Amino acid sequence: MLSSLDVFGSSPELMALFVGFGLVVGVLFGFFGMGGSFLVTPALLMMGYDASVAVGSGMAFVFGTAVIATLKHHDLGQVDYKLGAIMIAGTTIGIEVGRASVYYLEELGLAGGVISVAYVVLLGGIGAMVTREAMKGDGGGGVDHEAADKDLSEYEIPEVAKKIQRTVRIPPMVTLRGDVRVSAWVITAVAFTTGLLSGFLGVGGGFIRMPAMIYAIGVPVPVAVGTDLFEIVFSGGIGSYLYGQGGGVDLAIVAPLLFGSALGARIGSAATAVVDSDGIKIYFGGMLLAGAVAVGIGEVGSYLGNELLETAGLVLVIGSAVVVAGAIVYTTVASLRATRRRQTPAAD
Amino acid sequence: MAGLAVPSWDPQTALLIGAILFEAIVLYVGYGGLERVVGPRLMDLLVGGEAGAE
Repeated sequence: MLSSLDVFGSSPELMALFVGFGLVVGVLFGFFGMGGSFLVTPALLMMGYDASVAVGSGMAFVFGTAVIATLKHHDLGQVDYKLGAIMIAGTTIGIEVGRASVYYLEELGLAGGVISVAYVVLLGGIGAMVTREAMKGDGGGGVDHEAADKDLSEYEIPEVAKKIQRTVRIPPMVTLRGDVRVSAWVITAVAFTTGLLSGFLGVGGGFIRMPAMIYAIGVPVPVAVGTDLFEIVFSGGIGSYLYGQGGGVDLAIVAPLLFGSALGARIGSAATAVVDSDGIKIYFGGMLLAGAVAVGIGEVGSYLGNELLETAGLVLVIGSAVVVAGAIVYTTVASLRATRRRQTPAAD
Repeated sequence: MAGLAVPSWDPQTALLIGAILFEAIVLYVGYGGLERVVGPRLMDLLVGGEAGAE
């Protein structure tokens, strides 16, 4: 019976695992506005998939997730298409350089190791930054949902961005939404760097690109969010196509992941209206740090040929994501119940 | 930029990426509809049940 359910050449158990993991990743993405693929690709690597399949399928998953999120943000008018077009050009070149690097390293037999080390550094760095900002109480990392609701004219440009806008005035200069005037070269540099990371790690790059757009270009938060998603549709689509040509995109991985994450993203997004994300960001930072440790453990296990260590790494990366997603859902339901209890006696 | 691959037309890959795009659109529309239909009842079940017992 079960064998008759083998679709896409994958077992039902594996598909259920991907749907469940997609659901968890979706909750995190919907709630924090980031955190999609940089859990998926390391998990796939630890499951024993080839580096090109792990990165390519991670990228295809990001593409699908971005399509869904862009459809929503398009309705809210939060996309700067001019900025998006320049970002797409720079990112495309960056992705191609990153992708070529993966295949080159794969030929040398170093791809898995180098990508894992890059993840450890990246997850560790961002995790430490988010945790530090969350502990300081000023809500660093992820999308500021309150700021995203403000009018564009109310948004203050960060000092760093103002300085860059004043200093780098190489033509052509472009005017973006929110009356931001910046050199097209600044946008191209940001796009190329983040594209390079996208192509190399198979991540959407939103967790780097969004802060870069806000702090280096000076774009208002809601425009950064919407434009970033619009851009990911293109960069993720092109990247997936290129990986797909090399056999790097596995639909048996992407389809169930997307099925779960689309639902999870709705739950996570709805939870932002109920729960203050600052309180949970510290767990998010912790989760990224746990992810970094997990990838490190998995890599050591792989190097030593110790299957137990490899499994421990996989359990840790999935487990930490499950714990944070569970905390979001639990806190949301608890908050709603508490609100209902307060309202019920008042109504009586 | 020497040695970098230039995307060439590949119907099979285009179909693969198209399938992911199609799935994403179907999921956006499908879950949106599901949220409207089942959402309020699910919220009542999750939140309302205990509040009624209190």
